[in-house]
Amino acid sequence: MALEKITQVSGRGVYVPGNDIDTDRIIPARFMKCVVFDGLGEFLFFDVRHTPEGVPTGHPIDKPEHKGAKILLTGANFGCGSSREHAPQAIHKAGFRAVIAENFAEIFFGNSTTLGIPCVNAAREDIAKVAAAIEKNPAIEVVVDVAALEVRFGGDKIKITQRDSARDALVNGRWDAIGELIDGVPAVKATAAKLPYLAA
Amino acid sequence: MPKSLFEKVWDAHSVRKLANGQTQLLIGTHLIHEVTSPQAFGMLRDLGLKVLMPHRTFATVDHIVPTNELVEPYKDPLAQAMMDELRKNCAQFGVTFFDRATGKQGIVHIVGPEQGITQPGTTIACGDSHTSTHGAFGAIAFGIGTSQVRDVLATQTMALGALKVRRIEVNGKLRAGVYAKDVILHIIRVLGVNGGTGFAYEYAGSVFDGFTMEERMTVCNMSIEGGARVGYVNPDETTFAYLKGRPYSPTGAAWDAAVANWKSFASDAGCRYDDVVKIDAADIAPTVTWGINPGQGISITENVPDPTKATSDDEKAGIIEALAYMKLPAGQPIKGTKINVAFLGSCTNGRLSDFQEVAKYIKGRKVAPGVRAIAVPGSQIVALQCEKLGLDKILAEAGFEWRAAGCSMCLAMNPDKLIGDELCASSSNRNFKGRQGSITGRTVLMSPVMVAAAAVTGSVADAREVFAVNN
Ligand code: SF4
Repeated sequence: MALEKITQVSGRGVYVPGNDIDTDRIIPARFMKCVVFDGLGEFLFFDVRHTPEGVPTGHPIDKPEHKGAKILLTGANFGCGSSREHAPQAIHKAGFRAVIAENFAEIFFGNSTTLGIPCVNAAREDIAKVAAAIEKNPAIEVVVDVAALEVRFGGDKIKITQRDSARDALVNGRWDAIGELIDGVPAVKATAAKLPYLAA
Repeated sequence: MPKSLFEKVWDAHSVRKLANGQTQLLIGTHLIHEVTSPQAFGMLRDLGLKVLMPHRTFATVDHIVPTNELVEPYKDPLAQAMMDELRKNCAQFGVTFFDRATGKQGIVHIVGPEQGITQPGTTIACGDSHTSTHGAFGAIAFGIGTSQVRDVLATQTMALGALKVRRIEVNGKLRAGVYAKDVILHIIRVLGVNGGTGFAYEYAGSVFDGFTMEERMTVCNMSIEGGARVGYVNPDETTFAYLKGRPYSPTGAAWDAAVANWKSFASDAGCRYDDVVKIDAADIAPTVTWGINPGQGISITENVPDPTKATSDDEKAGIIEALAYMKLPAGQPIKGTKINVAFLGSCTNGRLSDFQEVAKYIKGRKVAPGVRAIAVPGSQIVALQCEKLGLDKILAEAGFEWRAAGCSMCLAMNPDKLIGDELCASSSNRNFKGRQGSITGRTVLMSPVMVAAAAVTGSVADAREVFAVNN
């Protein structure tokens, strides 16, 4: 399967401050009662965006000036908690195409990469720099350059890092492994035949 | 060269290197449930693919099943739709489904071991982060996302980079009233909620040698709460004794061959670890959480932290946020905090031994007035075992509602939920904001016996005092 080569993502950015934003906060469990992922976008960060009575709290992603943002900026250990792919799916369906954080929880990172959402790491001061620039002018274009490992915004730039395997997968259009895995099926059967519990 | 169990299992299941440097890893056993599989089956249909090894795929239903409603259609049409979808997918693709009618249904991480499907030296994947539970048997078990569920369904493999291995040794003797749950809450407290990122945890030492399989499962279950995707214990005689005679365990000559094979997977003496952490069992106290992640734990005799004493701005902000959410005063004892709900169950602590231990102490006692208490067996088989021993009656007489098997109040995908800012003494594994179904609901994680102590006193309590615990 030919996949898009994701070398850079550009668009407006929005900063959602906080560390340890877990998958329950990204998409509360009650919205996982679904058999398809469509429609998850509107429930992204739902319980932070609304009071228990359902009144909007003025969350950054709901601010009119951030509507249509494609780049999500946040703190450390983003996406900790469960393995639910509903979390990156909700982020994707809400229109985000890249996430910049200090670091990411493991499973979330893998799930996001498989969906073609680059998750890139930046230093806290650098994230604050981008956030400040967005604050000043929400309309500036933020470019997450996965190939060059930098984020450009309003004439300035910061360095980012990303795990080599993920970066390689994104820029070479191999972020969804299914095609390659299917090619390996004959080898899979050979490996299975050598394991007593699988050799039928 | 001496190798760790992780390396041996990894090597035996490596199919080939992929272009991006990751490994195509064979997944011998695939467990699925209703929440993370329907989209994966949908993707399979879209791509016109089949399940490569349907006989190595096993399904159960756990998250959405109401534990107080046995007759379908369920009141919640979404829950019913997920049930129907799983049934349809299993039938269409030829996958074994431990549906409620089989008497074998339960939480996926309880069903696998119970059926003898979970075996040493194997790889296991499930679209659920607590798949690490199965590592108790010396399996390498991964929680995966839905796209990977699709990959495993279609190819029985997934693309993965190898993990580092950290050996966590707990030596010595646990004090009275200290349980496996306290051991893992302590480990997470010491190493942090993301201390395990990139690692598989190998649990070892005299405490693990002496643990039952159920205790090992409780610890491995919460590896992910410490950031480690995989946690395991080397297989030994305790493991083999547990597996003997289970429905999917080998029999006759095949049994002996299997045991010999399983033994060969245990870590070799002198193998290399990326890190080693040693913990003295005597340092572990009955532990409870005070905050909004499982690493925010303290001994029952300690005070909740005071943000003014924090050593960094980050820590300070974290404490302030957690205390505000938990509505706990800074620097005060956690003991005595009023509870509204007591929850016994989940894949961490919903097994026979958990209910046995609670029944031992709660017999003849009563749940405090105003406390809603529910006891939820992790599987239909656990329910039956408990009922045969009359544990359900002991719990019911004490004031616990005895339910049918499922995830129940561990998370908010079925009717069991906290209301408003209720505080729950819970034997489950996550205390994230809103985890138990109310966006202001509060969770205090603890061992089942501590839940029982909280239930009878109506507040977070030291079970050693309440019950004179002397396990
Ligand atoms: S009991 Fe809780 S943690 Fe375990 S599988 Fe169910 S929802 Fe997940």
